[in-house]
Amino acid sequence: MQTNFTLAQLADQAMAESEKILRTCVHCGFCLATCPTYQILGDELDSPRGRIYQIKEMFENDRPAPETVVKHIDRCLSCLSCMTTCPSGVNYMHLVDHARVHIEETHQRALPDRILRELLARLIPNPRLFRLALLGAWLARPIARYLPGRLKGMVAMAPARLPGPSPIDRPQVIPAEGPRRRRVTLLNGCAQQVLDPGINEATVRLLTRHGVEVVVARGNGCCGAVTHHMGKEEPAHRAAKANIAAWSAEMVEHGGEGLDAIIINTSGCGTTVKDYGFMLRGEPEWADRAAKVSAITRDISEFMVELGLNPPVIATGQTVAYHSACSMQHGQQIRTEPKRLLQAVGFQVRYVPEGHLCCGSAGTYNLLQPELATELRDRKVGNIEKLKPDLIATGNIGCMTQIGSGTGIPIVHTAALLDWATGGPKPEALRDLSDPAQSGADPDRSMAA
Amino acid sequence: MIELPPPREDVLARRAQIAADLRGLIDKPEAVIDAADEMRAYETDGLTAYRQMPMLVVLPGSTEEVSRVMAYCHDNGIRVVARGAGTSLAGGALPLADSVVIGVSRLSRVLDIDFANRTATVQAGVTNMGITRAVEHEQYFYAPDPSSQIVCTIAGNIAMNSGGAHCLKYGVTTNNLMGVTLVLPDGQVVELGGKHLDAAGYDLLGLITGSEGGLGIVTEATVRILRSAEGARPALISFDSNEAAGACVDAIIGSGIIPVALEFMDKPAIHATEAFAKAGYPLDAEAMLIVEVEGSEAEIAALLDRIVAIAQAHDPRTIRVSQSDAESALIWKGRKAAFGAVGQIMPDYYCMDGTIPTGTLPEVLGRIGALSAAYGFQVANIFHAGDGNLHPLILYDANKPGELARAEEMGAEILKLCVDVGGCLTGEHGVGVEKRDLMPVQFNPTDLDQQRRLKSAFDPQWLLNPAKVFPLTDTPPAWDDPAPLNLPTHGGVDAHASH
Repeated sequence: MQTNFTLAQLADQAMAESEKILRTCVHCGFCLATCPTYQILGDELDSPRGRIYQIKEMFENDRPAPETVVKHIDRCLSCLSCMTTCPSGVNYMHLVDHARVHIEETHQRALPDRILRELLARLIPNPRLFRLALLGAWLARPIARYLPGRLKGMVAMAPARLPGPSPIDRPQVIPAEGPRRRRVTLLNGCAQQVLDPGINEATVRLLTRHGVEVVVARGNGCCGAVTHHMGKEEPAHRAAKANIAAWSAEMVEHGGEGLDAIIINTSGCGTTVKDYGFMLRGEPEWADRAAKVSAITRDISEFMVELGLNPPVIATGQTVAYHSACSMQHGQQIRTEPKRLLQAVGFQVRYVPEGHLCCGSAGTYNLLQPELATELRDRKVGNIEKLKPDLIATGNIGCMTQIGSGTGIPIVHTAALLDWATGGPKPEALRDLSDPAQSGADPDRSMAA
Repeated sequence: MIELPPPREDVLARRAQIAADLRGLIDKPEAVIDAADEMRAYETDGLTAYRQMPMLVVLPGSTEEVSRVMAYCHDNGIRVVARGAGTSLAGGALPLADSVVIGVSRLSRVLDIDFANRTATVQAGVTNMGITRAVEHEQYFYAPDPSSQIVCTIAGNIAMNSGGAHCLKYGVTTNNLMGVTLVLPDGQVVELGGKHLDAAGYDLLGLITGSEGGLGIVTEATVRILRSAEGARPALISFDSNEAAGACVDAIIGSGIIPVALEFMDKPAIHATEAFAKAGYPLDAEAMLIVEVEGSEAEIAALLDRIVAIAQAHDPRTIRVSQSDAESALIWKGRKAAFGAVGQIMPDYYCMDGTIPTGTLPEVLGRIGALSAAYGFQVANIFHAGDGNLHPLILYDANKPGELARAEEMGAEILKLCVDVGGCLTGEHGVGVEKRDLMPVQFNPTDLDQQRRLKSAFDPQWLLNPAKVFPLTDTPPAWDDPAPLNLPTHGGVDAHASH
């Protein structure tokens, strides 16, 4: 597509990158077909092509972000379904990230919106504050219906029970069972360890059982995605650097014992950590380390496929609806691994119809855009329930919370299922699930280790 | 930049009032778009070389709303440009400065599936693929398959009489369309056709198909759905020369076999699409054919055997028959995404759409090669070879001054070449604004006037998409009797939607 930038504009590294991205778009419109907001709203302005066009105008004219552009960019889930569909290889992710930074820098939001965003940006990445906030929200439940707009929805979303912090999330080295095959570090993250600490515990058990030593590095924490998606570049980069410093210290070249991989069990974070190299490309003192971190980052499902799974030790065969998080299938293009793993331990895995569409979680989207998010959730739950599954598996805490708020079918992290099947405890969410009727092996089963 | 009719100043002067009035006709206030920042995204379609900001954009949510907006525009002398998904490669949805763009993208409901009668009735904003998705669980499909089928609307398919790779066997839109609900320029709602193959009287449905938004706006369509074949399998055959591939196409068609698709790609097209699809296309070949046959396993095997035997007589480089559904999907993925995928080798492309007698393919490709050398533009040739529909993509860089104008000039030379060898200006993309000024190459003034008179019969004020299809003239030929058309009026959309 034709662009119109001055040489002075292109001297800016971020703008030069965006111009390059805009040039690869040929305006064919394929991205409209798989964009969740376009599916709902039917307005090109709420489609990737329309947003690209609005961003192009905004950047070319060097303008502060107009109210209208902010509205349509805010409605973008950053699900990146468009990037899977795009035949021209347009890097919409980097373009919309840049637009969000531009919005944050040039646009003054209305006060309630500003406060809400600031609150989310400070609370979610900090497990201690987030836990307190959830407690507060839980206490506020009885008065929820008197609260205004989005606040009401947020309080309603607070979980009914809040588990205590897990010892696994303290800095430590957890040895492998048996001979050590790999040494990895685990991003223990932010919101997930508060909402469902069992996921990190299951991940560590799964890894150590397969001969992997797991380091929970001192100083690692939120990956930065929450603030990054709000266009808050400074705190996002600060979070990234904290992680890079924590993990690099474990690498041989920085005097550590060595790391084979950085394991992520929240695909939203995985997309961001795999992008650290790009994020910090302009900062010489960080660029190399950031690129190295991105290069060895693996989703737990990718890593377990590389490693090979132990055979199941329990009776499986339950029907699992596998929900692929957008950050998994679009952001990281991880499509078959989780299904293959679940099949390998004997689950009957079904893909969800319209599986490419987002469930509406999308980081803080369900809090900031509740109407669209709820419509997407209901559509997703409808599609899942068509499969009549015994349980739902997914690899992202955001999706678990979002989908879980709309259905009674238990929803479990893929790693927790794999842990259970290979010798771990039954996931809490499945305590009412009865054992499957013994009915021959899954015909699709193809990867028993 | 293409010439457009001068905007009507009196209309532009009333813009704010018109926007307010239209908001009164539409349920959803957000569906009337009047902010410049927002309308910008509607200034172009799949042919970004041409851009024009509209006066207003409206996205109606029902046939009634389309009807109200059309009646209002008619009564106020406001030009209207209809828009589907905005994927036209001929500038079919290019707005005019004083026009209201009416988009049908919110008309996205499937209304009725009738397996017994093998029809589907959908709102016109449903995508081509959306129809197939709605019926595939019963092993049915909607046959025309333009490359943009995942996103293009049935409204746009009808406007352009779209085809696709599989129309060699199943025909184009007009062969698969059975009925429409049409809003006439004055807002009247009429129904043409229905669930039956032929209707009494003139074939008005045939007239509407391919009318490029110039006669009315289709808001609902009833289409033929077909039972899917038991199986289908493509073969990839590559060659060292375009001539050998062209001769092989002729030999396959000449043998009496009707493949379900017979697609040709030349070397630049192979490279661009392989980069996206990773389908294992032969990167060292000069030309490649995708030949697909369908039917029972025995039928597929027998047909592919014959095709392979024919190909072997034409000195093929490689012959690869797909071994699995996944492999077949991958082979098609590259072809279907071909236009977008060339974005990976050049920032801009100008997609031509001409039709030629298949026997002239080697000659035409040779002459396109000469034009390519003369103009200094790389050309990627993608070609529905079985039915002679050629899509040369002229690769250029719009950021370089003058390149677009020269690409357009070269494109015009290619289309003249198509007419010259006995073909025509358009295969399936329509004339739009792009080929408007080439129409006299194909038609004499009497032919053109007769076609214009037809438009005047529906649209005496020339309010609907007026700058398209025909070269601009000062005065469109008057319709001798401007009395309203006496078409059967519609009984009510709700009644229709609920059957």
